[in-house]
Amino acid sequence: MAEHISLTVNGSPRELDVEPRRLLVQAIREDFGLTGTHVGCDTSQCGACTVHLDGKAVKSCTVLAVQADGSDVTTIEALAQDGQLHPIQNAFWEKHGLQCGFCTPGMIMAAADLLERDDDPTDAEIRHAIEGNFCRCTGYQNIVAAIREAAAVMREGSSAPTPVA
Amino acid sequence: MAIEAPGPLGQRIKRVEDPKFITGKGRYLDDIQLQGMVHLAILRSPYAHANIRSIDTSRAKEMPGVIAVFTGEDIPYNPLPFAWPAGGSAGLQNNVNMPNVLAKDSVKWTGEGVAAVVADTPGHAQDALEVIDVDYEPLPAVVDVEKAMEPGAPQLHENAPNNIVFEWSVGDKDGTDQAFANAEVTVRQRIVNHRLIPNAMEARGDIGWYNPGTDEYTVWMSSQTPHIQRLLLTAFVTGIPEHKVRTISPDVGGAFGSKIFCYADMALVMFASKQIGGLPVKWVEGRRENYQATIHGRDHVTYLEIAGKRDGEVTGLRVKTYANLGGRLSTIGPGIPTTLYGRVLSGCYKIPNVYCEVTGVYTNTTFVDAYRGAGRPEATYVVERAMDLFANEIGMDRAAIRRRNFIPPDAFPYDNPSGLLTASGGAKLYVDSGNYEPALNKALVAVGYDQIEAKKAEAKSRGKLLGIGLSTYIEVCGVAPSKWIGAVGEGWGAAMWESANIRVHLTGKTVVTMGTQSHGQGHETTYAQIISQELGIPMEDIVVQHSDTQGTPFGYGTYGSRTSNVGSTAAIKAAGKIRDKARRYAAHMLEASPDDIEVVGSEYRVKGSPDQKKTLQEIAFALDLAFDAPEGMEPYLDETAYHDTPNCTFPFGTHIAVVEIDEETGKVDLVRYLAVDDVGKKINPMIVDGQLHGGIAQGVGQALWEQAVYSDDGQLLSGSMLDYALPRASWFPNIELDETVTPSPVNPIGVKGVGEAGAIASTAAVANAVNDALGPLGIKHLDMPYTSQSVWAAIQAAKGGQA
Amino acid sequence: MIPAEFSYVRPTSVEEAAQAAGQPGAKVIAGGQSLLPLMKLRLARPSTIVDIGRIPGLSGTRYLPDGGVEMGALTTYAQVIAETQLEWTREALSNVGDVQVRNRGTLGGSIAHADPASDAPAIALALDYSAVLRSPRGERVVPLDGFFTGPFTTTAADDEILVALRRPPLPDGVGGAYEKLAQPASGYAMVGVAVVLGRSGATISHARVALTGVGEHPYRAKAVEDALVGSDGSAGAIVAAAAHATDGVTVNSDIHANAAYRSAMAVVHTRRAIETALGRSA
Repeated sequence: MAEHISLTVNGSPRELDVEPRRLLVQAIREDFGLTGTHVGCDTSQCGACTVHLDGKAVKSCTVLAVQADGSDVTTIEALAQDGQLHPIQNAFWEKHGLQCGFCTPGMIMAAADLLERDDDPTDAEIRHAIEGNFCRCTGYQNIVAAIREAAAVMREGSSAPTPVA
Repeated sequence: MAIEAPGPLGQRIKRVEDPKFITGKGRYLDDIQLQGMVHLAILRSPYAHANIRSIDTSRAKEMPGVIAVFTGEDIPYNPLPFAWPAGGSAGLQNNVNMPNVLAKDSVKWTGEGVAAVVADTPGHAQDALEVIDVDYEPLPAVVDVEKAMEPGAPQLHENAPNNIVFEWSVGDKDGTDQAFANAEVTVRQRIVNHRLIPNAMEARGDIGWYNPGTDEYTVWMSSQTPHIQRLLLTAFVTGIPEHKVRTISPDVGGAFGSKIFCYADMALVMFASKQIGGLPVKWVEGRRENYQATIHGRDHVTYLEIAGKRDGEVTGLRVKTYANLGGRLSTIGPGIPTTLYGRVLSGCYKIPNVYCEVTGVYTNTTFVDAYRGAGRPEATYVVERAMDLFANEIGMDRAAIRRRNFIPPDAFPYDNPSGLLTASGGAKLYVDSGNYEPALNKALVAVGYDQIEAKKAEAKSRGKLLGIGLSTYIEVCGVAPSKWIGAVGEGWGAAMWESANIRVHLTGKTVVTMGTQSHGQGHETTYAQIISQELGIPMEDIVVQHSDTQGTPFGYGTYGSRTSNVGSTAAIKAAGKIRDKARRYAAHMLEASPDDIEVVGSEYRVKGSPDQKKTLQEIAFALDLAFDAPEGMEPYLDETAYHDTPNCTFPFGTHIAVVEIDEETGKVDLVRYLAVDDVGKKINPMIVDGQLHGGIAQGVGQALWEQAVYSDDGQLLSGSMLDYALPRASWFPNIELDETVTPSPVNPIGVKGVGEAGAIASTAAVANAVNDALGPLGIKHLDMPYTSQSVWAAIQAAKGGQA
Repeated sequence: MIPAEFSYVRPTSVEEAAQAAGQPGAKVIAGGQSLLPLMKLRLARPSTIVDIGRIPGLSGTRYLPDGGVEMGALTTYAQVIAETQLEWTREALSNVGDVQVRNRGTLGGSIAHADPASDAPAIALALDYSAVLRSPRGERVVPLDGFFTGPFTTTAADDEILVALRRPPLPDGVGGAYEKLAQPASGYAMVGVAVVLGRSGATISHARVALTGVGEHPYRAKAVEDALVGSDGSAGAIVAAAAHATDGVTVNSDIHANAAYRSAMAVVHTRRAIETALGRSA
């Protein structure tokens, strides 16, 4: 039996009828067409599906869509604001923090969660904060560098915003 | 190159492909939604070895949302193609058994596909799989490569007695036997290079769409080789004419070799789409499914012997390797432990006598094929462990023994004296270039090699065993001269050239299409750097496209660190053709002789009259319109080039790992990692660094954490990410990179390739470090992976032995 | 990846939840970080999911008049990390799963799920927590020591909802520690040892030692505790006590740690946790 849910997705109110077994990640990708949130495993390990649920990073493959009823969901697609890249996105670009790009949205959302809590993390704290996000391409090194760089930019206030395209 | 003007080549330029990825606008296989698309799921064998008595799909067909159910009997296609036998032209017998699109009579590993459901949603497809009744007759299974060859072992295939796929050898047997007979010292060791699961973060997937109106197929696939797959799927599997199929790789979320191959699901989605009247059919692999249905890597048991003199001179290397290839063969499975392994066994050393025998073996496991490095990490592991074992035996410093045996810098191009790189027909590869000692020296200084004993003592005071490991690797990349590949008999005549097309359009905007495929390497940036440098076109006016058979020239794809050597040279050649034609047309426009036109950046000037000039954009505009083209000159600046490399390239370097082992728990921590790599000239050093970081992390992953584990009856115990330990961010120190630069003479830029170097070097470095740390306990060799349990057990055994 | 079909109810009170949970095939979900992975693999196939995540009043830390502490069952790891006054539990819980799991996973969920390798049960055991269970028959408070009876099983009845975890005040000056050897792939404990120690003068007067990942359920190592209490906490005494870490326990074995290794590691990590906790006691 379908359940009716209402939620706010990237600032817009959305309504949806879902099977109870529908995962939040399926709703995001298939119902809302926001395919920047990826699925990389089936055991809640890889973190490619990381989104913010009511402001906190969660694995959207491990939340039922019905559980998100009434919640606020933010995905990678909403991180850039007013046509300007978020400083974390920009830092990933600048520091070559991505190769194939598949883990990148989840990684950036995890980084955003960290920098929300801690504006000046050490490298060890950055590495700890992305424990739930696998990357197979970069060896994590440039991801750590990117998050460190983003933290610095965000602390100082970005002087030169980078357009999305 | 025509120009040496400053330009983007060699610069750290941000990648042009990144904006889409960082904003969530990448388009991977599973992101593609097509009108009317339905979903396919595959039922996989729960048994490692069984006969299929019958399959009853009647209940599944009645399940909600189900559109069709197929078994192997429904599918008229051939088995998957076999493209790389061991030493084919040498007449070696390869006892070939390839998977069917769905298994027909028997299954040979847990995870072999036996039936497929097409349904309206992925959930319904999966629900229906649960009610397919397969009547299996379970058979005894064998998963261990040595046990599989024993008398009485379960037999997998009638045409493969003792489960042997092939027996292959390379090198100088007599000379090597002689070297061992005359040696002052010999060391023998059994070493295991365990099985890995590649784990690209995007698992595989395909969409098949048959258009009944045109009788044509389009197949989207997460593949490194869309052109090859079209060829294989049409000419070998389905019998559909090649021109009736278009294959497309969208954005590919990592591959590491695992997406080179021809997989059953590719044919299955084509078949299914046609059967159901032309709805697009999507199949996306789950991660646990990926662990069983996509290739594994490595899995060798090797008996190595090294011979030499007490002064450190190594005189012989004799290797016998058993390569586990799985229950059936993957596309080029036998090529990996033979050509890509045995032929590079002597590494960077001038070992005068080398001989290697390899036996390929079937077991009831997932098929094994190329995983990052593919044969070369296994070879590096053998020779680098061998050097350490030999050094320890004669009491020589491990850096000194390497220096003693390096191929000297004046010996290049180097012809391996045991004929390792000589094909059976006599065609040769040479080690193109090298200067090994500076990289070693640089790495030793950086790590503080002369203070290692003090560091070990300090660690010991904290209850830690510190070890340092060297890996002075070489890599073979830029595969490969087609003549040589043909001569070593690898397969059905695969060539390995590459292709590039450049079109400078009327507006001066330039479209470059390539036969290679990018899945994280940043080709859209690096090729643009090359073309911009060559033609003086601003990078932002260039777009690089690839991976669609409809819009790009045939190419062999991206693997084997081949793109920067072979693909880049094709691009440079195409640019040269553009420049030549532009020069001829500029001469026409400027009423000068082509010989009098000099090219500076994008300007074509009359020598001595710099004001007399045309830009490439002006030339393109005029030539693309062709209102005033001279007699005999074709319109448009549109040139295609194919490049067959004259030789492979051989990057090298020294990697050093420093580990600390908790003596009480066996837990190994990587505390430092340094790499001094020589990959020749670099197109984009930022991307090179990234490739090294990632390769090193994967190689370290093998040494310390990753391992595919089967139970004796063939169940994959490390069957998900909950049991297969993928490296996490906090397990690594900051990797320290440095370089030496020895340009390759093989191509105009002097590049060598870098995709696999990290993975090839790092596993051996860590293995040598762990064994160094354990050495004081009397442990001579411990096999990977160095899990805490394994290291603890070794320490306990060693201490027990001392007591 | 996709769970088998089930129906879904979201009660608004504990009473309603208990009613629903008592139905055959029903399963309670809170954060879902333990249950959903099993359902996605179709290893768990509940016919009904009872989502207690929205029931008011089940979240957050309350300090009781007697100096004890009560944590609502829906309190997430992230909340506990933010709220706890015990530095060592903050540190220990910061290494549970990953930040995404800690943002969503609940303490009550972990205790009720009773995974034999989960960290929280060992920590809660060492802190003398009890489970507060409510059912149509009323409320009962069950000490966690004895609550876990096997892998994924507890003494709670199907229709009993875990509403809170409650503990008495800790003796003055106790120190705590959690020492873990993580299974590298899953992050779960191959061995996890939580220790809370108090001393009076030079003599150990209070000892709680709890292990997870070792046996078929998290347990108190009472032989270790008995050996510690009354001892002088010398190196020798600690080693002797830690040797009892797996007394009476059938030790788990898997591809990551066989029984011999796990047993040895239980002893090593018990000793280390005791040393650290003792160092933190006053």
